[in-house]
Amino acid sequence: MQRFVNNPDFIVDDMLKGYVKAHGDTIQLSERNDRVVKTIQAPIEGKVGIVTGGGSGHEPAFLGYVGEGLVDAAAIGEVFASPPAQSFLDAIVEADSGQGVACLFGNYAGDNMNVKMAVQLAEDEGIPVKYVTATDDIASSPPETREKRHGIAGGLFMWKAGGARAAMGGSLDEVIAAAQKAVDHTRSICVGLSSCTIPAAGSPNFTIEEGMMEFGIGHHGEPGIRVEPLKTADEIAAEMTGAILQDFGFSKSEELAVMLSGLGATPLMELYVVYDKVAEILTGQGHRIDRTLIGNFVTSLDMNGLSLTIVRLDEELKELLDYPGQCPAFK
Amino acid sequence: MEFTNQAGIAVVTAMIEAVCSNRDYLSRIDALVGDGDHGINMSKGFSMAGEELGKLDADMSEGLLTLSKVLVSKIGGSMGPLYGSFFRGMATASKDEPVINTTVMLNMLQKAYGRIAMLTNAQVGDKTLIDVLNPAVKAYEEAAAEGGNMEVCLSHMLDAAKRGLESTKEMAAKVGRGSRLGERAIGHQDAGATSCYIILEALAEASLRLVKAD
Repeated sequence: MQRFVNNPDFIVDDMLKGYVKAHGDTIQLSERNDRVVKTIQAPIEGKVGIVTGGGSGHEPAFLGYVGEGLVDAAAIGEVFASPPAQSFLDAIVEADSGQGVACLFGNYAGDNMNVKMAVQLAEDEGIPVKYVTATDDIASSPPETREKRHGIAGGLFMWKAGGARAAMGGSLDEVIAAAQKAVDHTRSICVGLSSCTIPAAGSPNFTIEEGMMEFGIGHHGEPGIRVEPLKTADEIAAEMTGAILQDFGFSKSEELAVMLSGLGATPLMELYVVYDKVAEILTGQGHRIDRTLIGNFVTSLDMNGLSLTIVRLDEELKELLDYPGQCPAFK
Repeated sequence: MEFTNQAGIAVVTAMIEAVCSNRDYLSRIDALVGDGDHGINMSKGFSMAGEELGKLDADMSEGLLTLSKVLVSKIGGSMGPLYGSFFRGMATASKDEPVINTTVMLNMLQKAYGRIAMLTNAQVGDKTLIDVLNPAVKAYEEAAAEGGNMEVCLSHMLDAAKRGLESTKEMAAKVGRGSRLGERAIGHQDAGATSCYIILEALAEASLRLVKAD
């Protein structure tokens, strides 16, 4: 394993030290908990607090979305492992100005348990907390059990919508409704071409044979829907777009936001190659692409792969996406 | 057959050593169905608790509580809250007991199981640590009800735990990360069930060493 690493067991701590030095003008570590990143302003008087959190290894998520008009505080876990309940609680406390806190996270088993414990602890401290879980990964559970689906890159739209509504002065219930609407309107799917390697484990988590691809792979390398011979970028783009469109089941032309996120080891060049075909298919079916995001938004360490996210927009979501937001990972 | 709560700290130490020495084994098993970090996170938490305990003159119950607190506040994942609740249950059931006998051990196991069951909906057959813990606690209960001493109860517990662990190999995962594999998880032993077995085995062996040394 060729890595820029000191002690792999402390890679998260070392990353955070660099992160706060790089972005110290807008964010800082919590004084309560050195695994909580918060904006310098948080808590903002009169505003509902926005909290997220999750395992490390998905950079720029989750810490990259801490910023003005987005997330007030994020709990940072070990690589691919949920932060502990105490970290979620400390993030909630840092974000709370007395208007309550919306916790917006990714619906993994560990996150669910730790957030639920933290919500109970926060209630003991008199802080009302409600939560929304992103469920955009269509490969992680069939439509009948949508609520079990995991949140992947599409969580960005949940943070943006909830964060904007909070910045506009929305109540806790209004913030939760906005975040939930973004979740309900968002679908994603991943394709993986190679494994990722957890630094402390030192060897790849799994293998994808040369010349093969894994359709629907998870954000931690969880096995996908099928393993099949590697296809051309156009064919992969068509399958991913088709899977999402089938899941949406649109009956008319729609206004859409489209995001392609690399998983950590895919050149931007290839994301643009895939986007070309995605856009051709969507517009060819009469849809209008209102906005496009291409880059590394939620990654999986050094996995070679990408996720496609499509959001069905309406006037409210467009207003929320247009609202100013500024964080190191996204404007 | 009994040992003092004071001497019982050796049980906590044994569980910590067992988890830490199985770090790579647990990660290897996890990599087959999950993401390969189970051993890393478990051994990190348990070794931090070991360092904490080195600074204290704790009895078993205080040791269990320390372990619980470290797991809940520092480890996260699914295992932090689950094992955090498990050890807190054991600590709660034993904290007012200067002597740990067959009945106190039964209460500890029942309380530990009850706390975990409050946190997860996983049932036997879902390919999780419940597949080890549920039959293990039941086997201890049954052996105790028939008047078995601690050695008999613990040995029945371990037999049932071992069978539970083996049974996870034939299951498709229904909760957690492995659930995504569906049928493809079959053939692989569950990582959480494995760490649970390792912990119960260390608990039983260390308890019996104390009982026999008494």
